[in-house]
Amino acid sequence: MAFTSVPTRQPNRRNTELMLVIGAWVLGVAGTMQIAWATGEGMTPRLWITVVIVGILAGAMHVAVRLKAEYADPLFLPLATLLTILGLVMIYRIDVATALRAARNNAPVPTPDVYAQLTWFTVAVVLFIAVLILVRDHRRLQRFTYTFGLIGLLGLLLPLLPIIGNTVNGATLWIRIFGLSFQPAEASKIFLTIFFAGYLVIKRDSLALVRTKVFGVGLPRPKDVGPLVVAWVISLGVLVFQRDLGTSLLFFGLFVLMLYIATQRRSWIIIGAALFSVGAILAYFAFGHVRLRVDIWWDPWGDANNTGYQLVQSLYGFASGGLFGSGLGQGFPEFVPFANTDFIVAAIGEELGLVGMCALLLFFGILIERGLRTAIAVRDSFGQLLAVGLSIVLALQLFVIVGGVTRLIPLTGLTTPFLSYGGSSLVANWVIIALLIRISDQARRPDVFVPSVDEAFTQVVRRV
Amino acid sequence: MNRPIRRVGAVLAVLLLAMIANVTFIQVFQAADYRERPGNQRQLLAQYDRERGPIVAATDAVARSVETGDSLRYQRVYSSGPLYAPVTGFDSLVYGTTGLERTENKILNGSSDLLFVDRTKQLFAGAQIQGGSVVTTINPDAQLAAYQTLGSKVGSVVAIDPATGKILASVQSPSFDPNLLSSHDPSSIRTYYEELTADPKKPLLNRPIVALNPPGSTFKLVVTAAALTSGRFTADSLLPGPKTYRLPLTTTYLNNWNRQACSPSGMVTLRTALAISCNTAFAWLGNELGADALRTQAQLMGFDTRFELPLRAARSTFPTDPDAPQTSLSSIGQFEVRATALQMAMVGAAIGNKGVLMNPYMVQEVRGPDLSILRTTQPSIFNRAMTISNAAIETEMMVNVVNNGTGSNARISGIDVAGKTGTAQTGNARPSIAWFVAFAPANNPKVAVAVSIEQAGAAEISGNGLAAPIARAVIKAVLKLS
Repeated sequence: MAFTSVPTRQPNRRNTELMLVIGAWVLGVAGTMQIAWATGEGMTPRLWITVVIVGILAGAMHVAVRLKAEYADPLFLPLATLLTILGLVMIYRIDVATALRAARNNAPVPTPDVYAQLTWFTVAVVLFIAVLILVRDHRRLQRFTYTFGLIGLLGLLLPLLPIIGNTVNGATLWIRIFGLSFQPAEASKIFLTIFFAGYLVIKRDSLALVRTKVFGVGLPRPKDVGPLVVAWVISLGVLVFQRDLGTSLLFFGLFVLMLYIATQRRSWIIIGAALFSVGAILAYFAFGHVRLRVDIWWDPWGDANNTGYQLVQSLYGFASGGLFGSGLGQGFPEFVPFANTDFIVAAIGEELGLVGMCALLLFFGILIERGLRTAIAVRDSFGQLLAVGLSIVLALQLFVIVGGVTRLIPLTGLTTPFLSYGGSSLVANWVIIALLIRISDQARRPDVFVPSVDEAFTQVVRRV
Repeated sequence: MNRPIRRVGAVLAVLLLAMIANVTFIQVFQAADYRERPGNQRQLLAQYDRERGPIVAATDAVARSVETGDSLRYQRVYSSGPLYAPVTGFDSLVYGTTGLERTENKILNGSSDLLFVDRTKQLFAGAQIQGGSVVTTINPDAQLAAYQTLGSKVGSVVAIDPATGKILASVQSPSFDPNLLSSHDPSSIRTYYEELTADPKKPLLNRPIVALNPPGSTFKLVVTAAALTSGRFTADSLLPGPKTYRLPLTTTYLNNWNRQACSPSGMVTLRTALAISCNTAFAWLGNELGADALRTQAQLMGFDTRFELPLRAARSTFPTDPDAPQTSLSSIGQFEVRATALQMAMVGAAIGNKGVLMNPYMVQEVRGPDLSILRTTQPSIFNRAMTISNAAIETEMMVNVVNNGTGSNARISGIDVAGKTGTAQTGNARPSIAWFVAFAPANNPKVAVAVSIEQAGAAEISGNGLAAPIARAVIKAVLKLS
């Protein structure tokens, strides 16, 4: 219980945020100029316009936060902006490299991707602002728990539908409508996180019940294991039918961790790990594409010119970067296939070196830490679960892809949040940031109660 | 729910640390290994993306990089490929580098510490990193004269400035065209390289400094120096010079090249023995002096040392423990005595430079991309090989070889040329090797030269007939006589 009666003006840290956003933008401009000069392309008017548009977009988001989420944590927006800008800079860098290579080989120069990514960033900003305006209070999302769950599930299944479903490089996770293709799984991860949060808030008490103890670990009642098994089966389904190892891992890991947080029962982790192991072993022996991924991870040089090519080139990129990197515009990021999507981190490792990689990983680390801090700070359980779930989505996705391209774990093909070229991913991650900002605004909003004239002499008691 | 959130936070922190540790492992500890892997194109491209500095002889860039416009941005071009091949070596994307391209690689590609300041400047200016240039000691006129006169004969020529040790010419035949190895077409490079390695004349061998052959009678210069150094002999000492010499402890007889006694009396002065290349006299003399004295003199003149020019020369050798007959054979440059053309040029240079042997070198100076001098090689003394007076005596004896003895083809009017012929047997079945060692002008030599012709034919005359004219041409080129 707390008693508050005096309205005070709390510092809202919006100016700090603005300074940091400006700093991120200046870094981006510097990086762009460095590339333009180092590669001899020069700063074209189109580049200047791009740079200015990015600044305007970042500014617009800042204004939206200032107006709609005044007390939000001041680090979310600058960090996500910095990562997005770094992604744009690297995509531009790879555009230049592929264009130069095409010109040398007298091949047609491919369309640059950076301007498409800028368009997607614009869409992301619009959605970011829309979320801040439409979702005044994150608790309202809880009302749509099952609706979102259904949408999320449908999103996962959409690519399997005929006509709109689209298979790229063996993975069926795109849908194509009116010539635009996107990955509904990216949207699904948000809908399903909301669903998990809403579902677990209601069911956590029964899921936390313990009937038997084995080796001091309380096991849940068998009938409560159902939802976990369903999540497991769906994840396996994604793996089998869409051949998308990354998404499959992400959803299952997310659900298990959220289950653990909601119930505080370590047994869920153990059961989850057991199910994961069974699934992993089954997948290894049953599916060629999973076995291939593991084999490449074990010995990428075994078939360095064919199946292992990407990973080997990625490692060469990192190695060639060394401690300080070749410098922006001075490496060979185009040697790694899919340099601007799955392997964008390899390009960063090559040109910005270990120093750049550590900075990058720490930026992500801080972003995720702010998410968890928000989860701890917010007062309602749904908000807690939602914030922690969204943070876990970012963290797991980062780990799965960075671990994959650096050969820490088998490569599973996910986009790097904010960095990779690809609209669905960028937009979805910005919606995550918008939701985190919304929750953190709730969490940090000073507990102010302005007494009305009628109640002026009444002792005000608010439950906190 | 805060406690499980913190726990999950700790787990995520561990994942983050694992990523950082793994990236550190790759980028710091495994980086060197990955860079060296054969399938890694980055090193190669980075190498060909820089303008490699030129290799210069006098004012000519004998190796330089030109822009190509293909994916390997620069290509190495050798203005007179085969002529300078023993100096420049090649820079091939398939077979790596040899010659100065190899030893001076860091200067040429710009990664040397000497170029640190230039590199930093270029970095800040956003300019391409450029390599430094390597200025050789080669005298283009001497190099060309040696190459042209050597022609299609199999052999090598080395010319040294006796006062400094500068290599003025290093020529071989057959040579190869480094341009064909530095192209950007791996298959044609391989074809040419395989052709070269299959050639029994071994054109890829850096003959002037690596090919070891018995020096034959030119080794008598070393024996003469040892005799003078011993104090027991002067130029006028009489030595037995019969028609044949029975090798000590054996029933084997050694002949003179013309199968005649060296004088009607059978006795001959040291001066005359050298002039007419009297085998029996030197076989006797070598045993008088003993193998140790010969070896010591040979070592003072550069035998048993591996010189780096910085190209690595082969170590010329004198046998370690010869018995008496072997010592006799060694005294006429046979048995297990082996020398490079470089080594025999150094013997001439030591005598000509008043007994002082300078360390030979091939790189005059190293310059930055802005042509500022970064390093200059200072001449350095290897050894005093003999006293000034003995050097003067031997010089006079060598002039006598050219003027009155076997080296008549090296004569240049108006100039005293000091010289010595040689013909060596390399084995019963194998053809002999013709040698000529000379320096000029005798009293103040500007050049010492050794010519070695393999597969020359049997006659002693071949040293004079085949090798001496080449030495003469090189001397004239250095002295700028037409």
